[in-house]
Amino acid sequence: MSTARTPFIVRFFSATGRTGWVALTLFALLTVVAVPVCHLMFSEGDALYISTFYVTLIGKIMCYAIVAVAMDLIWGYAGVLSLAQGLFFALGGYAFGMYLMRSIGLDGVYQSHLPDFMVFLDWKEYPWFWAFTDSFLYSIFLVIAAPGLLAFVFGFFVFRSRVKGVYFAIISQAMLYAFLLLFFMNNTGFGGNNGFTDFKRILGYDITSPEMRATLFALSSATLMFSLLLGRYLVSSKYGRILTAIRDAEMRVMFLGYNPLWYKLFVWTLAAIICGIAGALYVPQIGIINPSEMATANSIEIAIWAAIGGRGTLIGPAIGAFVVNLSKSWFTVAFPEFWLYFLGLLFVLVTLLLPQGLVGLYQQLRARSTR
Amino acid sequence: MSDVTSDTNQTQTGGSSSAAPVQSDDAILEISNISVSFDGFKALNDLSMRFIRNELRCIIGPNGAGKTTMMDCITGKTRPDEGTCIFNNSVDLSKLSEAEIALVGIGRKFQKPTVFESHTVFENLELAMKTDKRVRFSLFAVVDDVMRDRIADTLRIVNLNEHADQLAGRLSHGQKQWLEIGMLLMQDPQLLLLDEPVAGMTDDETERTGELFNSLKGKHSLVVVEHDMDFVAQLKSMVTVLDQGSMLCEGEMAAVQANPKVIEVYLGR
Repeated sequence: MSTARTPFIVRFFSATGRTGWVALTLFALLTVVAVPVCHLMFSEGDALYISTFYVTLIGKIMCYAIVAVAMDLIWGYAGVLSLAQGLFFALGGYAFGMYLMRSIGLDGVYQSHLPDFMVFLDWKEYPWFWAFTDSFLYSIFLVIAAPGLLAFVFGFFVFRSRVKGVYFAIISQAMLYAFLLLFFMNNTGFGGNNGFTDFKRILGYDITSPEMRATLFALSSATLMFSLLLGRYLVSSKYGRILTAIRDAEMRVMFLGYNPLWYKLFVWTLAAIICGIAGALYVPQIGIINPSEMATANSIEIAIWAAIGGRGTLIGPAIGAFVVNLSKSWFTVAFPEFWLYFLGLLFVLVTLLLPQGLVGLYQQLRARSTR
Repeated sequence: MSDVTSDTNQTQTGGSSSAAPVQSDDAILEISNISVSFDGFKALNDLSMRFIRNELRCIIGPNGAGKTTMMDCITGKTRPDEGTCIFNNSVDLSKLSEAEIALVGIGRKFQKPTVFESHTVFENLELAMKTDKRVRFSLFAVVDDVMRDRIADTLRIVNLNEHADQLAGRLSHGQKQWLEIGMLLMQDPQLLLLDEPVAGMTDDETERTGELFNSLKGKHSLVVVEHDMDFVAQLKSMVTVLDQGSMLCEGEMAAVQANPKVIEVYLGR
């Protein structure tokens, strides 16, 4: 049991229990050491070679898993069902994408200092909001600030009006859709329908090189692990207990002197920032960001990952993201037409038979075997 | 006006000591002329009441008399259409949010016991404890030994010390009522508003709750809304009768029970 004298850093890391640390260590050995080494040290034909396809696929899914952890913080613990997490993910992606577009330099199709889509629109200079985006550090700031600021402002007004439950879900989806339409327009200055693509380099290094791929992969893994540690600290702190108390009996929390507005707003904004960072890691690995990331179906799918993995467990939604996306990549090759039916079926079955998700199933089985 | 009568009553109970005028002035809460209507239905009609510091006051009245609406007005859940609620002679409650009202020192127990069912009894009390309630504090807060002792004391008072680590959702109805009362005590409020605190309790539990409230007299100001007349009689306090959003009468339990108007509203329908 930690006391007031225990340094914060110790309390932060000891919030995750022994099993959690064993799992994280194994995961780190696998994703930060083994996969990058196998990708870099071996080549096509070697038994231990891990191809670019798999590095990209798993890297992408790790970004999704980060989003799923953020989703669990707001949905599983605070009881706020957001159908807009894809927006914050995309905003982070676009923010870093601006830097990637600037880094193309004169290597674009039109050999202009402007991105191809701006040349195509006959623009002569960058719009004001592209200022400083050639700076890597500024783009990192933007990755955090853009989704964070939007979430803060939106959350402030919506939570202050005490909008809850399904109404919150609908309003968040309306915001997502408004941004989808905005980003689809060519005049918005984000490449319209096509978005950003044809990236060349990050900090001068070739974006398609195996070293860069391995680095981005390891960074995604580290971010996923950090978001799990952060999430575990938050939900086991007094703050986290108040959050679940708000989920269960908001009126009682208010009459104890807590203002639920700031409690919800903090976790909501934090979750948006985490999603933004995941988006920024996703875009250079996939090589494209366009408004389809803001499609309503994508944000609903994030909720499905969380539900399938098990809400309110943190690790569950991350597992859910892996299970759904791995089966998606297999299914869309084997039976491309049936993927959406399968996803729907999976969601219905899990909701009916496993209300606590896969992690809940595991806990039930364990409880039964120890009895 | 009935509030004038109540004032005279208080001065009388204050006795002939020279401190009497000061004491009568020492209102923890003063409700003046509040009215609330819902879709034309007048839930409260020009109601005025004074609550004296460290006194226990019972409020009775038939269903729809406005007892819960009055508590809603005091705690900020409902905004009165007219009138004011002044706390401690200085704080205008109508300008504060629910959370701010709780922080100035008003605790409230709901009619339906409301506890955090997925938290343990200990955690329920921990969250209720009087402390800095802002996010930046909660993020780094640690339960220290002083807090642990306070929680242990409260657990004993509400007779839940054997259930500290149990989930609140698994408590019996009466235990939940006690837990909520315990949460109020952890808040250490100056004024406790208790809406039907013994509803659903066994006779034994009810009696013990009465003992608890009697022991709190003099340390806190209590306002108890109740239907259980035996319980109200046990509290031996001033009783205020509400009917149709207004005060019907006020006085000792025996006097109130003998009042023909009270008999009429309780039995005449």
